[in-house]
Amino acid sequence: MSTDVRPGIGKIGAGVARVNFAGVSKAFDGTLAVDDLSLEVHDGELLVLLGPSGCGKTTALRMVAGLEDPTGGTVSIGTTVVNDVEPKDRDVAMVFQSYALYPHMTLRKNIEFPLRQQRVPAEERARRADEAAATLGLGDLLDRKPGQLSGGQRQRVALARAIVRDPKVFLMDEPLSNLDATLRIQTRADIVSLQRRLGTTTIYVTHDQVEAMTMGHRIAVMKDGMLQQVAAPQDLYERPANTFVASFLGSPGMNLLPATVVDGALEVDGVGIVLRGAPLRIADGPVTVGVRPESASLTATGIAASVTLVEQLGAETHVICTLVDGTRVVVRQGRKAVRPDLGEAVAIELDPDYLHFFDAATGDRLADDR
Amino acid sequence: MPPTESATLDRPTGAGQPGSATPAPTPHRRRRRARLFLRYVLLSVGAVVILFPLYMAVVNSLLAPSQIAHQPPPFFPFNPQWGSYRKAWTEGDLGIYLRNSAIQTSVIVAGQLATSILAAYAFAFLDFPFKRTLFIVFLATLMIPFEVTIATNLATVSSLGWFNTFAGLTIPFLATGFGTFLLRQAFLQIPRDLREAAQLDGYGNMRFLWFVALPLVRPALAALGVFSFLGAWNQYLWPLLVTGNDNSVRTVQIGLKQLLNTQLDQINVSLAGTVIAVIPLLIILVVFQKQLVRSLTSGAVK
Repeated sequence: MSTDVRPGIGKIGAGVARVNFAGVSKAFDGTLAVDDLSLEVHDGELLVLLGPSGCGKTTALRMVAGLEDPTGGTVSIGTTVVNDVEPKDRDVAMVFQSYALYPHMTLRKNIEFPLRQQRVPAEERARRADEAAATLGLGDLLDRKPGQLSGGQRQRVALARAIVRDPKVFLMDEPLSNLDATLRIQTRADIVSLQRRLGTTTIYVTHDQVEAMTMGHRIAVMKDGMLQQVAAPQDLYERPANTFVASFLGSPGMNLLPATVVDGALEVDGVGIVLRGAPLRIADGPVTVGVRPESASLTATGIAASVTLVEQLGAETHVICTLVDGTRVVVRQGRKAVRPDLGEAVAIELDPDYLHFFDAATGDRLADDR
Repeated sequence: MPPTESATLDRPTGAGQPGSATPAPTPHRRRRRARLFLRYVLLSVGAVVILFPLYMAVVNSLLAPSQIAHQPPPFFPFNPQWGSYRKAWTEGDLGIYLRNSAIQTSVIVAGQLATSILAAYAFAFLDFPFKRTLFIVFLATLMIPFEVTIATNLATVSSLGWFNTFAGLTIPFLATGFGTFLLRQAFLQIPRDLREAAQLDGYGNMRFLWFVALPLVRPALAALGVFSFLGAWNQYLWPLLVTGNDNSVRTVQIGLKQLLNTQLDQINVSLAGTVIAVIPLLIILVVFQKQLVRSLTSGAVK
């Protein structure tokens, strides 16, 4: 890939290519797919819409493209409300999960296709297609048809077709999900470097939290049509807004244990947890304690559990334990740790510096900075 | 879509396999060869059964009338009488009839393709009220034999003053439920993503139809074209009813019948006329054979 920044990017002024959802809803036959979504995507940002399937992330993306009409609220691109703007007039380019390449056209024709409609002269069309193809390393494949390409190459053609238009916004709908694991990691990096280089505002939809963590400037987590949290990847990881975000991010996700607060002290499964510093500023009563697998360890004394599964991943090992009350807790061990046997009785210690507290009823994060 | 890269990587290169050129036939391979042989024999028998009448028509058209009655009939014209073809052409006015058939058939084929493409596109890609109901109505027309509507069609055509005109010959056949159904099914094979991608790039329905949808359903278009060509070219009853005794718009099938009536003792002449009338069909079949087969098997291959 060449490293030049394409001319023409500068035409997008600061703040011009932001995307804004203001109270956007979308109902299909009475079912809310997107529920009162308010979200601002900054100019030049790569924002990842993350969530399980059916959470409304793709619907939100399609409303930016104009392929779905919002039932309520407004979608704006730049300073323009685009609710009533035709898809073609929104100056957005979309990369589909299926790539949506035209099978009967050569790669050159595929990449030039958007320009043909804009009546760009043939000479310039060819030049820009060459440029886009070169950017994505497709230079010598331009006379082939999509059927003759591998999945990864097709994916890059889809990207080339998006960048050739020099749009205000890129919309990407799970573009990597049809690739095998190795290719996915490679293409992930390619998309990130391409986006950083072009500086084009990008909304990227995925259900893969690793993709979200590695690619996004910020991640917007959605569930059941509702926005759960928007934050930078590390913030999201370190300060999840609720138990859903906590358990959805990370692989494996955060452990959630029922606990009780008594006079500012914490008890999990009847075992007192020694906290450093001031007592908890949380009202007495039940609470959900969250702890990342890397912040839990197997020790001689602690919360009693038995080992139900040991997953060896090479560099690390996941020990899946079950507490007396049936709660599942995953402990991440380094390479040097002693691996327990299946069924072995163990004790789990939680690192008091990395505990998260959530309301036992609502699952919302409780303010207590630790 | 299957990942093609693994397929190409897994394929053995063929190099570095000395001695694999002519291995001794294994029992398994021998059985496969026998099965293949049997298949060819069956196909050949089928081909002979189908082609024999056509062959005999050609042979008989080249015989003298006296030879035709001969028992057993000769299977090869050792003294071909080409004169019967000249006679059929001139006395049977086949030139005019063929021209009429060509006009009638081209108008019907073009009309059926145009209306089927547009209707099928609407049913496949657009949303409109009563879409399902309307489509069922389209399908229902397939269940009604043409003969049932012939009387009302005839009344309509003659009340419009289209008797003995090309309009009367062609207009009743310009739309077809079958063609709409066939092309709709083909259009439905096109992923919706393609339509949406084109939509984002500013392609409206007509331009998407032209640049993307039609090229992708070419085999189905060819199949429909050939079917409607066969149907139109071989029409007999309707052209007989709506054309008068003069040959200004009469089609070749009617012409052949007239030729048979006037040349009762010269069956070779009317067979020569038949052979001439079949030639355009054969040309169409040969030209579109590949597309036709592809369309009929496309579901199985993809």
